[in-house]
Amino acid sequence: MMEKMIFGRYIPGDSFVHRLDPRSKLIFVFAFIIVVFIANNTITYGLLLAFTLFIILMSRIRLYFLINGLKPVLILLVFTFLIHIIFNREGNIVFEWGFFKVYEQGIRQGIYISIRFVVLVFVTSILTLTTSPISITDGIEVLLNPLKKIKLPVHELALMMSIALRFIPTLMDETDKIMKAQMARGSDLSAGPLKDRIKAVVPLLVPLFVSAFKRAEDLATAMEVRGYRGGEGRTRYRKLKWDWRDSTSLVVLVALSALLIYLRT
Amino acid sequence: MSEILSFNNVSFSYTPEVEDARKAVQNVSFTVNEGEWISIVGHNGSGKSTMVKIISGLLFPQEGEVRVMKNVLSEENLWETRTQIGMVFQNPDNQFVGATVQDDVAFALENNGIPHEEMVKRVHKSLKQVKMDTFLNHEPHHLSGGQKQRVAIAGALAMRPKILILDEATAMLDPQGRAEVLNTVQELRKETGLTVLSITHDVEEALLADRILFMNDGKKYAEGSPLEVFSLGDKLVEFGLELPFAMRMTNLLKANGVQLVGEHMTEEELVNDLWTSNFNK
Repeated sequence: MMEKMIFGRYIPGDSFVHRLDPRSKLIFVFAFIIVVFIANNTITYGLLLAFTLFIILMSRIRLYFLINGLKPVLILLVFTFLIHIIFNREGNIVFEWGFFKVYEQGIRQGIYISIRFVVLVFVTSILTLTTSPISITDGIEVLLNPLKKIKLPVHELALMMSIALRFIPTLMDETDKIMKAQMARGSDLSAGPLKDRIKAVVPLLVPLFVSAFKRAEDLATAMEVRGYRGGEGRTRYRKLKWDWRDSTSLVVLVALSALLIYLRT
Repeated sequence: MSEILSFNNVSFSYTPEVEDARKAVQNVSFTVNEGEWISIVGHNGSGKSTMVKIISGLLFPQEGEVRVMKNVLSEENLWETRTQIGMVFQNPDNQFVGATVQDDVAFALENNGIPHEEMVKRVHKSLKQVKMDTFLNHEPHHLSGGQKQRVAIAGALAMRPKILILDEATAMLDPQGRAEVLNTVQELRKETGLTVLSITHDVEEALLADRILFMNDGKKYAEGSPLEVFSLGDKLVEFGLELPFAMRMTNLLKANGVQLVGEHMTEEELVNDLWTSNFNK
């Protein structure tokens, strides 16, 4: 059951991208999302696409995983492409069929937007594919640290996130078990009209919640006994290391955006 | 031998405001000395778990006092005391805090502000002690119950506790996992002379102890070596505790006219007696 989930699926590796500090990767991705919007003509979009391909090569992630990540947004992608083709009425007519006319600018914009989409999905997928969830949590915690000044409980949020991530497989197993137990009692979870199926979920959720609360209580006790008393005075086992790779990748991003600004029309 | 932990006339009730309320723990006294292995046995509701909560400072007794390392346990020294007690609980999943084995072992160290270099050293050392050092980056759902419990032991050991408390730590494990955990604890004791307090209702586990505390209905019913406690025989059965297998076997053999000398706690003793029993005639 777990293996099918691509929820933040992490593929261990030893590439340049894998070895980057989660902080630099997070900053890079957020900055890149903004940089993508600078592009507005063929050269700049081409450059973006080439750069993304370069990142993919650097990460040594198989294209298959990235295409997989694209599947959920495929409908959105096709939909926006069609919208542009149908409603954009600039430039020369390329194709005419009755009252249905396709304009040059429509095709161009459609392709641009699609590239934007694909590039964004690929780059964010590479972030989750090359960074373990726990490193992402660590990175977020450090990056959000300045927000402690406005009383945001950064440490607590990060801990909540890491515990939630750690318990996903445990609760999945549990769901599986409860499902089988209810099926053994004759409940049918997969057939019948929607209303019945929703009703059948209730005897699944109730035991799951009960056990989740029990687990939470046990965990709280175990944490307290092991000396947990909030973020203060805590040291960290995981050390984040910023090295030349991280600085380089950010410099490259700045260079890219300068180039894009220069080339845009 | 110096005292590590002691209960002095400790009583605790979950509903102290009610007069004549049932007390979960009633007037219990005992002492654990350095290097000992003590087992607390008793059926469900005998006050075992409450005693664990009192030792770890999750509950405070209404009467009596608890001393850890000769200091009376109080709100003030609670956190310091907790660093000297290592605890392993029943459910292997619910005490695994970290995302990977090494993160989990480091959890208590992080909480107590141990510097990074020291932490790395201690994590590796304590994982080696429980023979889990090749599993550093494994995630909990890829480990068996016994392995998870060994990681929990390593997590406790990393703080270099004076006493290790096993709160029914083997109750949810399969026989193999149980053997793994108990062997680990036995080896640790051989190597480091660690003091162990195990709460259990597994009789075979209790037999490993130097001393057994038998709890019934919140009171200490008996205390002594395994032989002393289990020779109470039928009385224990009455309170819902099973006798060790070798002992039941001995009794049955005797009832069927096989001549055996004395009581036998372990299978080995029984077998030795059995194959020599004809010579002794």
